[in-house]
Amino acid sequence: MTTNKRGLAQQLWDFFCSLRLTIFLLIGLALTSIIGTVIQQGPQREYLATLSETKIRLYSALGFFDMYHSWWFILLLYLLTLNLICCSIKRLPRVWKIVSEPVLVMDETFQKSLTNVKELKLRGAKPELKDKLTALLRAEFANPVLTERDGEYHLFAQKNPWCRLGVYVVHLSIIIIFIGALIGSFFGYKGYVNIPEGGSITQVAARGGNVVDLGYEVRCEKFSVSFYDTGAPKEFKSLLTVLEKGQPVPGYKDVPVIVNDPLTYKGITFYQSSYGPTDEGAKYRITVRDRKTGAPTKLEARQGERVALPGGAFLSVMEATQDVRPFMKEFDGPGAQVEFTPAGGKPQPFVILSEKYDSFNAQHGDDLIISFDGMDQKYFTGLQVAKDPGVLVVWLGCLLMVIGICMAFFMSHKRIWARISNDGVTVGGSASKNPAGFEMSFDELVQKLNKV
Amino acid sequence: MSSSNLFNVTMIAYMVSTCIFFAMLASRNKAVGLAGTYAALFGFVVQTVAIGLRWKESYDQGHGHAPLSNLYESVVFFAWTIVLIFLVIDFKYKYRAIGFFVIPFALFGMAWAQLSLDAGIQPLVPALQSNWLVYHVITCFLGYAAFAVACGISIMYLLREKLEQNGGNSPAGGLLSMFPSMRMLDDLNYKAIMVGFPLLTLGIVTGAIWANYAWGTYWSWDPKETWSLIVWFVYAAFLHARITRGWVGRRAAILSIVGFAATIFCYLGVNLLLSGLHSYGG
Repeated sequence: MTTNKRGLAQQLWDFFCSLRLTIFLLIGLALTSIIGTVIQQGPQREYLATLSETKIRLYSALGFFDMYHSWWFILLLYLLTLNLICCSIKRLPRVWKIVSEPVLVMDETFQKSLTNVKELKLRGAKPELKDKLTALLRAEFANPVLTERDGEYHLFAQKNPWCRLGVYVVHLSIIIIFIGALIGSFFGYKGYVNIPEGGSITQVAARGGNVVDLGYEVRCEKFSVSFYDTGAPKEFKSLLTVLEKGQPVPGYKDVPVIVNDPLTYKGITFYQSSYGPTDEGAKYRITVRDRKTGAPTKLEARQGERVALPGGAFLSVMEATQDVRPFMKEFDGPGAQVEFTPAGGKPQPFVILSEKYDSFNAQHGDDLIISFDGMDQKYFTGLQVAKDPGVLVVWLGCLLMVIGICMAFFMSHKRIWARISNDGVTVGGSASKNPAGFEMSFDELVQKLNKV
Repeated sequence: MSSSNLFNVTMIAYMVSTCIFFAMLASRNKAVGLAGTYAALFGFVVQTVAIGLRWKESYDQGHGHAPLSNLYESVVFFAWTIVLIFLVIDFKYKYRAIGFFVIPFALFGMAWAQLSLDAGIQPLVPALQSNWLVYHVITCFLGYAAFAVACGISIMYLLREKLEQNGGNSPAGGLLSMFPSMRMLDDLNYKAIMVGFPLLTLGIVTGAIWANYAWGTYWSWDPKETWSLIVWFVYAAFLHARITRGWVGRRAAILSIVGFAATIFCYLGVNLLLSGLHSYGG
């Protein structure tokens, strides 16, 4: 029984240490990741309408609508993590031994395992040769370690032993990135908020539905958008002020926030994300003229507000625009959709334009000619709000990954041994990478050693 | 001389280079290959000047920015990086036959850009107004280019394998003498990916940093991000396959070709077929 159990544990261990599992998991992750790029994630209603009932049921059951957070995708990621931890535990001690306890003495058997071995044509007293070779290795390669054994001198020198750990640095970096991501998902949030110009917020609706208290107040002083001559947007800019207990925080008053230049206060960052016109607070300017006398009356109205007109009628502005061209090709300038209610009559909806189209405006309004002078348009700014205490951990992981990959790919652990015995001098060498390149530099070194 | 004219010269140079490499393979004459390399080098120099000139032209228009901001500019830059990586390998190893399998990628890119893409210099939209644009695009495309070269080499590997299976007596047999050995091709494939993988990693990391800076999330499973990760997974599988028995050679070559297909989808397919945050064409 016990052997069976040990056998099973051993099998499991071998399974998780296997590189075939790594390849399977990596290719599996690559293939399954495609699903979420083809099926809309967090699908919109319009998208769902294009799918059949069966498909929707199937996709939801398989978690395809939030694929990258589905149990099986997370499981694949955990398996990969487990796999790389097991692989590292299995292989690291052996590699660590090469780094920490280098073979200092090249004996006959070890010599046979090396591809680069040369006999030097040097003759002379052993101590003297030893000193000369030491000096040359120090100058040309690396400082050698001397070992005396059975009347023979052994020199050992190495370069970049640490680069053998590069692979494990990369593996560690992946785990660190995962930890950073977990910290972010447990202790951080992502949210979105609209602030009208002049308005302020103290709370943010986080993704997932909870409302988060910022602990302070953010006010949007102004939003502006500028355009290139081509009509393409040039800059979206919000001026934000942070307030604590109603008072602006020094240094956080009228801070310009543009795309690619966010504002961070107390670990929470605000990113310029979108904008739009807000009817809230917009003031519409209207001129009313008496058809007979032509006497003008200037009025101001807010959206939906019922304004009394001279003569007992009422007017309310439903919506308005600064430029009617997109809606009415023959006209330009401001325009408004209004509802006009004559004294004791039924409401009549119609459109009014600026004064220069008064012949158009004269079609409605009974005794009055109503024209639209424009509006004080207000905008709201749309801000992404994020708090992610794990982000620095993720950057640390990324940095380690880049360093680890460079160690593993571009650095080579090079070793040189020299044995000085009564039979002469033998030099051996090995490198963890680029054997052809190392052979050339080894031959060069041997030539120099031959000349001492 | 405008940059557009110079890009046309570049395209013609790459076409000439491809033809010369073909002539080299057809005539089995290695000396001819040197001319192919020179034609590619000439095209590369002209293209470098043209990219610099386009950069200057954008400043003359009053909204200067690095020429890396739309599909046209990225395709041109991609062609440039492919030739750069090819020239480095050619200089180091002098296997001219590789040119016939790599330069056509650059030729195809230049022809597509010059003949059917909008070459207008546009000012940068707010999302792209960041220094990260340059770091991100350069690292990504150098990585992509290394994968393109690896793909060309892998095609050579599979072709050579096929020719060898047919035996050396077929008319194509003499062609084999022009190809590097199977071992060399396998090794070059590995070396190219060893250059591409760190660059892709840097590209993804710089992209994540930029995304975090502009949008507040370093990773949002946007199709572009996801596909770059898919590419990363494929090449990570390739690198692990290298140290696994039975996965060297043929399977490694196939993985390399699949990896480049995923790269191209990540670069173009995502923008042309899927929708997402990354809709600038880069």
